[in-house]
Amino acid sequence: MYAEIGHFALILALFVAVIQGVVPLVAGPMGSRRWMSIAGPASLAQFLLLVAAFGALMYGYISSDFSILNVVRNSHTDKPLLYKISGTWGNHEGSMLLWVVILATFGAAVELFGRNLPSGLKNRTLAVQALISVGFLSFILFTSNPFERLVNVPANGQSLNPLLQDMGLAIHPPMLYLGYVGFSIAYSFAVAALIEGRVDASWARWVRPWTLAAWICLTVGIVLGSWWAYYELGWGGWWFWDPVENASFMPWLAGTALLHSAVVVEKRDTLKSWTIFLSIVTFSLSLLGTFLVRSGVLTSVHAFATDPERGVFILILLCISIGGSFALYAFRGPSLMGGGLFKPVSREGALLFNNWILTTATGVVLLGTLYPLFVDVIGSGKVSVGAPFFNRVFIPIMTPLVILMALGPFLSWKRGDAKAILSRYYIVYAATLAAVVLTYILKGDSGWGGYFGMGLATWLGVGTLWELAERVKLGSIPLSKSFSRMRKQPRSSWGMTVAHLGLAIIIAGMTGAGNWKVESIQVMKFGEQIDVAGYTYTFEGVRDVRGPNYDALEGTFNVHKDGEFIVTLRAEKREYDTGGMPTTEAAIHTMFLGDLYAVIADESAGGYVTRIYWNPLVAWMWGGTAFLMLGGLISLSDRRHRVGAPKKSKLAHKTVAGEGVSS
Amino acid sequence: MSQRYIFLLPLVVFCIIAIYFAVGLTKDPSKLDDDVLTNQPMGDFTLIPVEGRSETLSIDDLKGKVSLVNFFGSWCVACLQEHPFFMELKESADVPLYGVDWDEKNPKDVVRWLKRHGDPYTKIGVDVSGATIIDWGITGAPETFVVDKTGTIRYKHIGPVSPASWQSTIWPLIVELRKE
Repeated sequence: MYAEIGHFALILALFVAVIQGVVPLVAGPMGSRRWMSIAGPASLAQFLLLVAAFGALMYGYISSDFSILNVVRNSHTDKPLLYKISGTWGNHEGSMLLWVVILATFGAAVELFGRNLPSGLKNRTLAVQALISVGFLSFILFTSNPFERLVNVPANGQSLNPLLQDMGLAIHPPMLYLGYVGFSIAYSFAVAALIEGRVDASWARWVRPWTLAAWICLTVGIVLGSWWAYYELGWGGWWFWDPVENASFMPWLAGTALLHSAVVVEKRDTLKSWTIFLSIVTFSLSLLGTFLVRSGVLTSVHAFATDPERGVFILILLCISIGGSFALYAFRGPSLMGGGLFKPVSREGALLFNNWILTTATGVVLLGTLYPLFVDVIGSGKVSVGAPFFNRVFIPIMTPLVILMALGPFLSWKRGDAKAILSRYYIVYAATLAAVVLTYILKGDSGWGGYFGMGLATWLGVGTLWELAERVKLGSIPLSKSFSRMRKQPRSSWGMTVAHLGLAIIIAGMTGAGNWKVESIQVMKFGEQIDVAGYTYTFEGVRDVRGPNYDALEGTFNVHKDGEFIVTLRAEKREYDTGGMPTTEAAIHTMFLGDLYAVIADESAGGYVTRIYWNPLVAWMWGGTAFLMLGGLISLSDRRHRVGAPKKSKLAHKTVAGEGVSS
Repeated sequence: MSQRYIFLLPLVVFCIIAIYFAVGLTKDPSKLDDDVLTNQPMGDFTLIPVEGRSETLSIDDLKGKVSLVNFFGSWCVACLQEHPFFMELKESADVPLYGVDWDEKNPKDVVRWLKRHGDPYTKIGVDVSGATIIDWGITGAPETFVVDKTGTIRYKHIGPVSPASWQSTIWPLIVELRKE
């Protein structure tokens, strides 16, 4: 019964979404404010209906109701409760339902927290949001109904893909979707602004927190995915430039650009049409990501549902939403020319440069991801564009961005003085040089990538700290005054400092993990020892372990360094009761300077195949990402985002020069 | 006026991409029945053995019996996916499964791979030059061919062989071809 209620709620939600999408946009030109404001209550109703539908499906999973086809295909009574719950979205139908639930959540949030928005803009935004919802709800109802019942109820289900039975992956899709779908708000705001033909500083101020929230979630989602690949796939890799990874990375890059350009609109009332463009592009890339993963246009290890028919449906959705908004942009965009002028060397200039690079990088990833498709369509066979291409192209593109990132915050608005900055930048030069030399001393001649990466990370990290020091006049005024200046820094500029610092740490981590990884694959007999990167691993033996729904082979390694005991590593190879490919659970011991990483594989020649890795500085990548996230949260908590339109006062102008570009 | 046209650019670019998508969707990778190579006898080839072994693989091996030819590599993630199924087949089905290993960075990689995961193949040949890959029209790994008694390709399966595709397509075809 509840499944039918869920299904019914889904259908009702579609009707509500149609009303929410159509009525305000029709009533707008007719000048009927009362009809327009139907969007608000409708968004709440849609939210409640979709939560009910999602709850119904989740109940089906928790209670293992095998009269629902979706539950049969993806669940099993023996599965731990957590994975029963996460099974709700661990499949195509459920994940699409989650998608619209999140979409509706954001819609309801705009209604609830957007009280200070002009009602016209708010209602139009909600209407555009509802139109997206109409598209996806009909997609679900017509091609991927999660509530389909079975007449012959089987005794048990077919279980969730064992690879997906994992804590990281239980929360990875929701975070990713929060990010993807969160950008829909920026998109809806942009389309609403195009319809109204008006973009100003206050528009940017309203859009920014939503973009920031989506960006934080997407960052978390991407990192969780990467972390999962790191410990679950058992190869010590953390980024594969797989089409599905790229699908989440593209909106992240574009969203990062959007965060920065929105600052310019807010502070200087320029780059308006560009920012609108980025808002559309960012969400379009999120939709594209959904399309790529769901349609089977590109094949990938990650894809769990490929179906050309669904692909056609999503393609039509893409054409309407992206094509439609770009058409609107072509029509209305030219009238959005901005006001504030600026010199190339200025804060605006630096941010524009940041945008160019980020969009170029997005374009490169897009091209690399779609290239196999282009070639296939032309008919010259299938090719794949792999990591070597991306690494070779991506690093040179991003390098100037990182170099400038350290300098940008020093520049003042309108016109900056690059010479003056570069001439008092000596600490940063010295630190960078020291980092390169230190890398050489520690690592010897192990390729230029290491020196380069460490130099770059230091340049950015020290440059960012130096900028903070200068902002609070550290050293030039008494320390207590510096501290009080520090306290008075706006949160958004703290956010920038923390996030930029985070990126510096991530670069250092990626440099270490990418350049100095040590791996060793061998057959080990019990008691045998092996040295990997200065650590001695003793293979203590294996035993069989029984998990809740799998059998595992557990290999134990004792790790010593210079005769001193470090840790006992227990690596597992799991075979799930329901069959399928065995999964590896790498044993990982994380330390400041690197991870000890061991994997156990099959029995062979009287011993076991083992893979042992030294993965340097991996923790820095995760830690750096935590900084990125924290930076975003600090910036999000800035008072400015909660108050209404910006008030231009003399005081505000004074602080502008000292305020950072929050991101 | 020229500035207005710049604003049309995103729309134009999107339209081009959308057209590619539309065509791409019609190209279902699992439906390549009309592939030019099927139903044509294969030309001669002889492949060198895996390092440390002596058996070679040539066109003569494929003649006389209905067989499967699987293109794989130790670098190929999806190959691992079908691998346990091939190991089962080795026990249960009486069909020779020939392996063509290609694109190895290091010839020892495949030796380790076979040692670690088991060897389901009747015989394995290594395609060092890539000539066989081109002749057979390989677009990626894994790809599996059903070859009849005369050494003619009768079916091409792209991607990992699953128990389902085995039951529904490959095994019935083998049974039928054996009657020829």
